[in-house]
Amino acid sequence: MARINSQGNHENPFKGNNLVRLGWFLIAAYLVYSFNAMGLEWTRIVEGLGHANALLDRMFPPNFSRWELLLSGLAESLEIAIIASITGIILSLFFGLFSARNLMPNWISIPMRGLIALCRTFHPVIIAILFVKSVGFGALAGILTLVVASIGFIAKLFAEAIEEISLKQVEAVRATGAGFASVILFAVMPQVFARFIGFATYQLDSNLRNSTMVGIVGAGGLGGTLFSAFQRFDYDFVSAILITIIAIIMIGEFLSNIVRRIFS
Amino acid sequence: MHTTAGSAEPHTLLSIRGLQKEYVAGNAILKGIDIDIKEQGIIAIIGPSGTGKSTLLRCINRLIDPTKGHILLEQEDLSQARGKQLRMLRRKIGMVFQEYNLVERLTVIENVLTGRLGYMSAWNAWRRNFSQEDINTAFELLEAVGLAEHAKKRADSLSGGQRQRVGIARAVMQNPRVLLADEPTSSLDPKTAVEIMELLERFALEKNMPALVNIHDVNLARRYAKRMIGMSNGVVVYDGPPEGITDDHLKQIYGGESWLV
Repeated sequence: MARINSQGNHENPFKGNNLVRLGWFLIAAYLVYSFNAMGLEWTRIVEGLGHANALLDRMFPPNFSRWELLLSGLAESLEIAIIASITGIILSLFFGLFSARNLMPNWISIPMRGLIALCRTFHPVIIAILFVKSVGFGALAGILTLVVASIGFIAKLFAEAIEEISLKQVEAVRATGAGFASVILFAVMPQVFARFIGFATYQLDSNLRNSTMVGIVGAGGLGGTLFSAFQRFDYDFVSAILITIIAIIMIGEFLSNIVRRIFS
Repeated sequence: MHTTAGSAEPHTLLSIRGLQKEYVAGNAILKGIDIDIKEQGIIAIIGPSGTGKSTLLRCINRLIDPTKGHILLEQEDLSQARGKQLRMLRRKIGMVFQEYNLVERLTVIENVLTGRLGYMSAWNAWRRNFSQEDINTAFELLEAVGLAEHAKKRADSLSGGQRQRVGIARAVMQNPRVLLADEPTSSLDPKTAVEIMELLERFALEKNMPALVNIHDVNLARRYAKRMIGMSNGVVVYDGPPEGITDDHLKQIYGGESWLV
C-alpha cells in the first residue's frame, strides 16, 4: 500500500506521558513516606488481630438480658430518625425548590444554594457536637443534627431533579393561566415525584443509621447505650446492640424498597 | 386602553398593534406586527422557520414578553398585564403545542383538567378539588376528541396524534376566547395532520372563536384557513383570504421558487 507520508514512521498514538509517570511516582513515594511517618508495621497488624480475636470471644454469645435498656435506646433512635427525616424532607422540598435555577431568580437560588452547601460542609458528628454544646444532651440535639444532614443531602438532589425537568410541560400549564403554586403542583411535581420518593427513602435509611451514631457524642438514642457498654467492657451487651442495629437497618432497607416500588 | 395608530374597533376580539420583539437588543425578530382578528375559524400563519411565527403566538399569551407594542384581547392590554390580571387573560387563550407538551406522568383526563387550573385557587389545586361540572366537561371533551376509553391512561403511553388531541382538549377545557396552535401538525403524519386540523376547525366553529395556527404546510393551510397571514423576516407580507395568495406571494414569503411545483 502506498504510504501518504513516505518520510519515516508515524507516532504511536498511545504514547506514554512523562507527566503521568511522574504523578504515579509521587503518589507511591507519598504512600511510603506516610507509612514510615506513622510507624505502621506488619507486626502491629498481627498483634492487633490477636486482640480482635479476644474481643470477638468476649462478644459471644450476645447478651440480651438488659433488653429493656436496649429497647428504650432503640425506640429513642427510631424517634430521632423518623422525626428528623420527616422534618428534613419537608424543609428540603422547599429548599430544593427555591434553589432550582430554572424556576427561581438568582437572588433566591444563590443564597439557598449557599445554605444547602453549608449544611453539607460538616460531618454529622461535628454538627452533633455543636448541637449538644448549644441545646444540651439528649434527643433534641440528635434530631437537629439529622435535620441539617438531611437538608444538606436531599435538598441538593431535589434541586438537581427539578433542574432536569422538561420546561415544555411547565410552559403548557402556565399557558392555561395557572398560578405559580398550581404550576409547581401540576407540571413540576408529577415530573419529579418518583425521584423525590427515592431520595426521601434513601435519607430515611441513612438517618436510621446515623441516629445510632449521634448518641456517641451525647445526642440521644442507642449510640449512647452502645458507647457506655464499650466503656464498661460489656462486650456481650455491645454485640447485642450491634445485632439490633443490623436488624433495624435491614428492616429499614426492606421497607424503603417497598415504598420505592409503590411510587415508581 | 391604549390608543395607538388605527386603534381597535369595539368589536375586534384580538388586536395586535406595532408588536416588536428583540431577544438580543438591536436584533428584532418581530418588526412591528399589526393584526386584527374578529372572525371565527382557522387563521393560518405561514412563513419560513425562524421568521417569528412562534414568537408571535407566544407574545400573545405572554409566554414571551414583547419588547414593544400592544396586544388587546377584548379591549384588555395583554402586553402590560402582570400577576393576576395576566393569568385571567391567559385562561381566555387556549394553546396547542407542536410537541403536545402534555404532563407525561399525569393521566389523560388529568391533563385535560389542567385546563381549569386558571380558574382554581392553589389550595383547591393542591387538593385536586375540581368541580363536578369541570370533571363532566373534561370527560365530554375526551369523548369529542375520540379518546374516552384512554381517560385513565398515562399521557406518555399515547401516540403522537392522540397526544395532540389531548392537547386540544386541554386548550378547549379553558373555555377560551381564542385558540393558538404552534405548528400543531409538524410532528405528525399527513393523515393525522388532517384530522388534527379538522378537530381545530370544528372546535373553533363550535365555540365561535378564532384559531391562530402556525403551519408549514401551505396546502394544508389553504384547505382549512378562512384567512391566511404570510410572514417573512418579522413582518406581515400577506393578510387576506387563502384564494388570494399567489406564487409570487409564496416566493416573497419563503424565498426562491424551486420548491414550488
